[in-house]
Amino acid sequence: MVDFGGWDMPVAYGSQIEEHHAVRHSIGVFDVSHMCVVDVSGSRAGELLSRLLANDIGRLKTFGKALYSCMLNDSGGVIDDLIAYRMEGGDYRLVVNAGTRDKDMAWIGAHAASLDVRLLERRDLAMLAVQGPEARERAASLLSYDGSRTVMALEPFFGTRLGEWFVARTGYTGEDGFEVMLPASEAGAFWQRLNAAGARSCGLGARDTLRLEAGMNLYGNDMDEQTHPLESGLGWTVAFEPAGRDFIGRAALEAVRVRGSENKQVGLVLDERAVLRSHQRVKVQDAGDGEVTSGTFSPTLGCSIGLARVPSATKGVVEVEVRGRFMTARVVRPPFVRHGKVLVQQGA
Amino acid sequence: MSNIPADLKYARTHEWLRSLSDGNVEVGISDHAQSALGDLVFVQLPDVGRALSLGEACAVVESVKAASDLYAPVAGSVVAVNEALVKEPELINQDPYGRGWVMRLKPNGASSDLLSATDYQKVADQAEG
Repeated sequence: MVDFGGWDMPVAYGSQIEEHHAVRHSIGVFDVSHMCVVDVSGSRAGELLSRLLANDIGRLKTFGKALYSCMLNDSGGVIDDLIAYRMEGGDYRLVVNAGTRDKDMAWIGAHAASLDVRLLERRDLAMLAVQGPEARERAASLLSYDGSRTVMALEPFFGTRLGEWFVARTGYTGEDGFEVMLPASEAGAFWQRLNAAGARSCGLGARDTLRLEAGMNLYGNDMDEQTHPLESGLGWTVAFEPAGRDFIGRAALEAVRVRGSENKQVGLVLDERAVLRSHQRVKVQDAGDGEVTSGTFSPTLGCSIGLARVPSATKGVVEVEVRGRFMTARVVRPPFVRHGKVLVQQGA
Repeated sequence: MSNIPADLKYARTHEWLRSLSDGNVEVGISDHAQSALGDLVFVQLPDVGRALSLGEACAVVESVKAASDLYAPVAGSVVAVNEALVKEPELINQDPYGRGWVMRLKPNGASSDLLSATDYQKVADQAEG
């Protein structure tokens, strides 16, 4: 067990690599109840989120639609990354990171007060992520006939209510599946039914290798308040259109766009028998230094992969300092793996 | 609880030693250590013939989580290494005291303050808190 944002969580239930493969090839389940669920309500909730989020909350036109976004400070640094769901009426539900809960609640709360928007942290809810190519069918088979039909009809990045449950076709693994928010009192029984239906219990370790293969950022590693989305591989999540939407951090990011970002995020593949780890130094010929922001062993590729923040001119290969030795790593465009398929060139 | 065979000796740095009938010693990492490291993905072995001083870092076991050095628990020369670990590092996870052995040494004197199974159990218990 390790401490993760104040929660005691298992790195693995058994073999981390087998848990990883279960999600890539069949089905696994993660207890992600540490994630903080916040319901945002009031007639001006949309206005609040339009100001707080770098992605455009206005894109959520129908109930259940989900949006991935950064929440920025005035200098364009990332306070957190989150998912926002459109709920009934003009209400929204946010899912934010556990480790950033306190500062997020303070930041959102400070901006909500003047708009008479109410925040309700849903500590009564647990969250289970059931992921993998067999996840949707097997999870749906545990629901009522109507519930099963409803969730199987969900498009990617949409959620729906089933009584007190909220089921969304989202995840953090690069595989299909659901994230299920449900009353904490019902989570243990649902977990066991998922196990009985073939879902392997998966810990934080597999969650990290899966998300990294999928090219997804981890807050605190790959971006934080000192870095902006445009140098963290998150430019696609910043909605500069419509031009009149005055979100916090916009001016800082526009200045970066004008002068050009000094750094960018790349994927790295190491063909040597060693493992990239966060904070390792990256040397780029004729361009300067960068840093590995996340690194691990990729069970799918059978070698080490990583994300790095490097000078914008970087291409081809770089040298990474691994345990006192410089090793050559190939620069690739993430994701490394999606839906069970390897998307980068593999070494010999 | 980890498995700590009574017929082996242990170093505080989590290596185990087995005395072989030819006077050499076989060295690996304990069940407690492999469990703490998690799934091993790479093992770097010393060259056969290399002379090791007591406590010298001589092999690296790297898991998904972290890389960790293996220290020579006795001074001596390397007479054999377990080449199977190059392709199958998971042998250490599966069978740390058997097929997951790391190297065999011909001792030439100094050995560290080696622990009995009972005393190593206390070290492992403390680490597991």
